[in-house]
Amino acid sequence: MNAFEPALDGEYVRRWLAAATAAIERESDHLTELDSPIGDADHGANMRRGFTAASAAVGKEPPQTPGATLALVGRQLIGSVGGASGPLYGTLLRRAGKALGDGPTVTPGELCTALRAGVDGVAQLGRSERGDKTMLDALYPAVEALGSALDSGAGLVAALAAARTAAEEGAVATVPMQARKGRASYLGERSIGHQDPGATSAALLIAALGEAAGEGAA
Amino acid sequence: MSVSEPVGLVLVSHSASVAQSVAEMAAGLAAGGATAPVAFAGGDGEGGLGTSSELILAAARSVDRGAGIAVIADLGSAVLTVRTLLEDDELPHGTRLLDAPFVEGAVAAVVTASAGADLDGVAAAAEEAYTYRKL
Repeated sequence: MNAFEPALDGEYVRRWLAAATAAIERESDHLTELDSPIGDADHGANMRRGFTAASAAVGKEPPQTPGATLALVGRQLIGSVGGASGPLYGTLLRRAGKALGDGPTVTPGELCTALRAGVDGVAQLGRSERGDKTMLDALYPAVEALGSALDSGAGLVAALAAARTAAEEGAVATVPMQARKGRASYLGERSIGHQDPGATSAALLIAALGEAAGEGAA
Repeated sequence: MSVSEPVGLVLVSHSASVAQSVAEMAAGLAAGGATAPVAFAGGDGEGGLGTSSELILAAARSVDRGAGIAVIADLGSAVLTVRTLLEDDELPHGTRLLDAPFVEGAVAAVVTASAGADLDGVAAAAEEAYTYRKL
């Protein structure tokens, strides 16, 4: 166990939001590029608009608890993204935030359970499952890796690193898949050979969970 | 539920001009006399293609006469945003997303709502539009 593991509090979620917003900003052009052959070439700009709005809202009036902070970010994404990723990521974060409850801090196990509830919410909203070439193909492996790392006694930082690796591998694994949801599904077999932009942005958001924990440990 | 108040209809499209045109067409094809209130929410609210939850909420409030609101959405984020707003209870009481084709469903919904059908009747007519074959 790492003695310097950070507390999972409202401050942690704000560090996650800052890291996620910076990553979206940095990768915005890449996300749009991935969205050009199989989508409508707006994923980078949409995500950027959403996370910029969420950062502004949280910065203006930071909620006290990690749960309320995640829920506020989710609400902002639903209201500002403009594409399907808005309601999908919004549902992910609102469900996760709700599952975290009202406590000022949560345990790594509670964070993992909450993320799983959020990912299940995405699947339900999108009537989608793993293998459809969507963000779920990064999110499910990530929460599973996080859960098994914690179960086997890993500390938070190591478990989040495992989640990041699983999410990134999950995103790459969408390349040979044929899309079954969203605009890309209209392309049928022509969607094969492209990495899914939603799975790619999902991996960025998971990676930011680890960055936020690392910064707290420093 | 008041029998004298009509069901409201909200059309949600990625495109503002599609949403507006279909609303006008549906109202125009409804038989003369008082028509049910129809509102549209089109585009991302900033002149681009997409979906705005603010526009959807405003449209729904504008057609709420207390008899229920039927929402027809085109695809993708339009459908997902309406579903999310419904799950979060942010739309007026009695709002329902219909599983109906956009243009044909809108015409069927406005015609039946204007004839005084309740929300179940409007929903049934709009959803039945899927069974109308063209060949």
